[in-house]
Amino acid sequence: MELTYVPLYAVLVSLAAVPFILLSSKKPNLREFWTILAGVIKFLLVLTLLPSALQGNVIELELLEIAPNLPLVLKADTFGVFFALIASGLWIFTSFYSIGYMRGHKEKKQTRYFASFAVCLSSTIGIAFSGNLLTFIIFYEMLTLATYPLVIHSESKKAIAAGRKYLSYTLTAGLLLIAAAGITYSLTGTLDFVPGGIFGDTDLTSTMAVTIFLLFLGGVGVKAGIMPLHSWLPSAMAAPTPVSSLLHAVAVVKSGVFGVIRVVGFIFGPDVMAQFGLNDILMVLAGFTIIVASLLAFAQDNLKRRLAYSTVGHLSYIVLGVALLTETGLVGSIMHISFHATMKITLFFCAGAIMVNLHKKNISDLNGIAKVMPWTMAAFTIGSMGLAGIPPVNGFVSKWYLAAGALEGGMLVPVIIFVVSGLLNVGYFFPIIHRAYFKKGGPELEGHTEASPFMVVPLMSTAVLSILFGLNPDLFFNFFDMASSVASTIFNSI
Amino acid sequence: MIGSEIPALIPVTYILFAILIPLIGLWKREIVWHLSLLGTGIASFLSAWGFLHLINTGETIRYYFGGWTPPVGIEFVYDGLAAFIVLVINTIAFLVLIHSKEISKLEFPGKKMPYYTIAMLMMLGFNGMVLTGDLFNLYVFLEISSLSSYALIAIGEKRAPYASFRYLIIGTVGGSLYLLGVGFLYTVTGTLNIIDMHAMLPQVIGHSSVVAALILMVIGVGVKAALFPLHGWLPDSYTFASSSSSALIAPIGTKVAAYILFRVVLFLFGVDLIDDQLPVTTIIGIFAGIGILYGSIMAIAQSEMKKMLAYSSVSQIGYIIMGISQANPFGFIGAVLHVLNHALMKALLFLVSGSLRSKEGHSLITKFNNSYRKKYPWTMAAFTTAAISMVGLPPLAGFFSKWYLALGTIENSNWILLAVILISSLLNAVYFFRILEKVYLNDPEEELTEDTEIIENNEVGFTMMFPMAVMALGLLVVGIFNAYIVNIIFTMFPAGF
Repeated sequence: MELTYVPLYAVLVSLAAVPFILLSSKKPNLREFWTILAGVIKFLLVLTLLPSALQGNVIELELLEIAPNLPLVLKADTFGVFFALIASGLWIFTSFYSIGYMRGHKEKKQTRYFASFAVCLSSTIGIAFSGNLLTFIIFYEMLTLATYPLVIHSESKKAIAAGRKYLSYTLTAGLLLIAAAGITYSLTGTLDFVPGGIFGDTDLTSTMAVTIFLLFLGGVGVKAGIMPLHSWLPSAMAAPTPVSSLLHAVAVVKSGVFGVIRVVGFIFGPDVMAQFGLNDILMVLAGFTIIVASLLAFAQDNLKRRLAYSTVGHLSYIVLGVALLTETGLVGSIMHISFHATMKITLFFCAGAIMVNLHKKNISDLNGIAKVMPWTMAAFTIGSMGLAGIPPVNGFVSKWYLAAGALEGGMLVPVIIFVVSGLLNVGYFFPIIHRAYFKKGGPELEGHTEASPFMVVPLMSTAVLSILFGLNPDLFFNFFDMASSVASTIFNSI
Repeated sequence: MIGSEIPALIPVTYILFAILIPLIGLWKREIVWHLSLLGTGIASFLSAWGFLHLINTGETIRYYFGGWTPPVGIEFVYDGLAAFIVLVINTIAFLVLIHSKEISKLEFPGKKMPYYTIAMLMMLGFNGMVLTGDLFNLYVFLEISSLSSYALIAIGEKRAPYASFRYLIIGTVGGSLYLLGVGFLYTVTGTLNIIDMHAMLPQVIGHSSVVAALILMVIGVGVKAALFPLHGWLPDSYTFASSSSSALIAPIGTKVAAYILFRVVLFLFGVDLIDDQLPVTTIIGIFAGIGILYGSIMAIAQSEMKKMLAYSSVSQIGYIIMGISQANPFGFIGAVLHVLNHALMKALLFLVSGSLRSKEGHSLITKFNNSYRKKYPWTMAAFTTAAISMVGLPPLAGFFSKWYLALGTIENSNWILLAVILISSLLNAVYFFRILEKVYLNDPEEELTEDTEIIENNEVGFTMMFPMAVMALGLLVVGIFNAYIVNIIFTMFPAGF
């Protein structure tokens, strides 16, 4: 089968759904049908790329020259397919969940919501398949813009403030990225993503290397939630929960860490990183973020905000794994992209289901809810176990490789950070589970039952997937094989 | 072959229509609008034809008036850069004049005939300035365009004549400084022809008259281009003039002045000589950089949309001049591309403000509300496109001129100006998203009510919508296919790149 145009179709399919979504704004069922249809087609398209990605083939499609010598390129390499697979796969779950959530919550302007969501997914897949930095920037900025209507969705004062914060962080990030790309281009004459980096033959001075790296880090670090650039993320929880689930636990933030890996592995390359000590910068920032974010999570009574801080911490797991500059560490990082996604999306789905069903946002109000919503809380428990790194949930696997990667590099501090943070994870998730199962609920719980199947089925599915991937990381999609292959192309490119 | 006559035909078209419009207008007042469209339409067509002809043959057309060869006679030089600018300004004028049909009924019903006549004269001046290869002849056209723009600006609100008078005083001083500079150069070189003078300058570059002339010319043209701190006349003029006048002058007038700066800095003196005696490009760059930030910050402070756009023009003209001041290929590409992009964006934005004025009677940002979203869906969509392009987000046109300008500053290791470009993008985001928030979102201060009152779609008519739609689409097309334009800009490089 001819695969050349598949990446393009995969990017465009949700964009093509936008006019249909807008035109059927008066018929909600038809409108949601378009979303689901686009989601399924998108996922299947990405899936057809899987076999070739597993063989390490790269499908490259040059669309047009957008600037002299700088074409718009879609490139489906293993890493891109890996990311696209997660984003598009989880979009299907989120779409079903959105229907239950948005209707259950009687949200306004649902057409705008579903349309923006579709644009976000196009941008995310575009990011995954970007063949060079300029293409990456274009989709990255598109994602920024398309997420904005979702963040301000409720149009409350809080949401609008969150939207402003979101834009000021992400637009600044975009500009830093443009500056970094400009300087890189003037030094190397290319912006292609090449495994092992493009700075190989360039005479870089130490200050120059650090400056460019910091610019890049400012660019992708905002979306990756690296402290001190993270504070937009807890604020962005003002968005409807499906947005928090898919975009602020998977698509947007993972675009950030995806960008970190592209920059480290495909622009600088491990050798240049090590030569100028750039990985040390990354390691310190990520380590700091993991610990501080976990501690801050304790202080949050709002469930979604606690999850947001947990996300900030876990994103930095991935970044720290990259900074180790070992092959095993990178495998752990890449796997954590997908595994954290299935776990965190489960938790957010649960938070949303509780909010719609019981109108409870705060952890202190969750006493005894497991009796009313047994399935939801079971899924929640699975997700939190995974994030704490308890087997057999998939979080254990990625954490194992992260720790092993640190030991491979002979570094003890990162291992300690991973262990301590695992304990902190237990610390901030356990009280929630304890309340739900062992404390007596108030009288207001009477008469409530489990949330609508539109919400429960997706959240159970992602919870089950988390366990299945924990038992066999190569199940269905060969996540482990793909992660290893990406890591090996980066480290063995020279 | 008509191709070689094009440089002369374009201004002649405008002269013809400047005479026809009052003559026919006295007899039949309703058709002056049609005549003005015909005039700009023909001029646009000729410029497009000439531009394509030039790309295909690759030969600069030098048109000698009356057959007198320079340096004795006056010539028009139709090279790539001139052809490009002429095409941009005539097409924009054509689109803006389509839009002016409704505005003219509302804002200056009794003055249509003089308005369109003067508009033709002004376009004659602008085209002449771009096309001429003679420094003194350029001054003549400069005055034609200036005098007519004073008059156009004076047709407007109550305070317009005052704003126009101020512009007249400042503008005349600017023009005189330029003329003085030309005089100095003439005494030293004995020629007024740009190409001729360019050949002679290396021998006299150290002469103090040449240095003085350069300073005078840059200041004089700087006034016309509203280069900070010579921009004082601009905000009031653009704000109080009729919406059609500001939409016509804002995208075109300052661009043509910037084009003169291209000619003086990069073509007359050239990269080798421009910084020989004084660090001219550095100084221009500094003022452009300050202007960019100043204009953006002042734009944030405005509560009137037209005034905001006027300050934003001060900032945007800074981009173009900054591109010139880098005196390298990327800076040049960025500047030329931004002439096109900014002309599209600013014309579109002024048209949007004009459309809003025609419907709402004001363009006060503080009074904007989210009923506009339903009342003017397409106007607002066009506005959003322009706003996003102004902020410089891909794939719209504004991103790419910023990208090339940024590359230009990086090539010169001019980190401060690079920072200026980036910071200014953020400032643009502040003042545009402020409006977008008002137009698209509920006011959070107010209670969220069910939409019980039905807001009727009250979209502007075709003559207003069409030019706005063309420009909005243009921004997208220019953005995505900018490589084609940039490849053409490569052929416009001055000697020395």
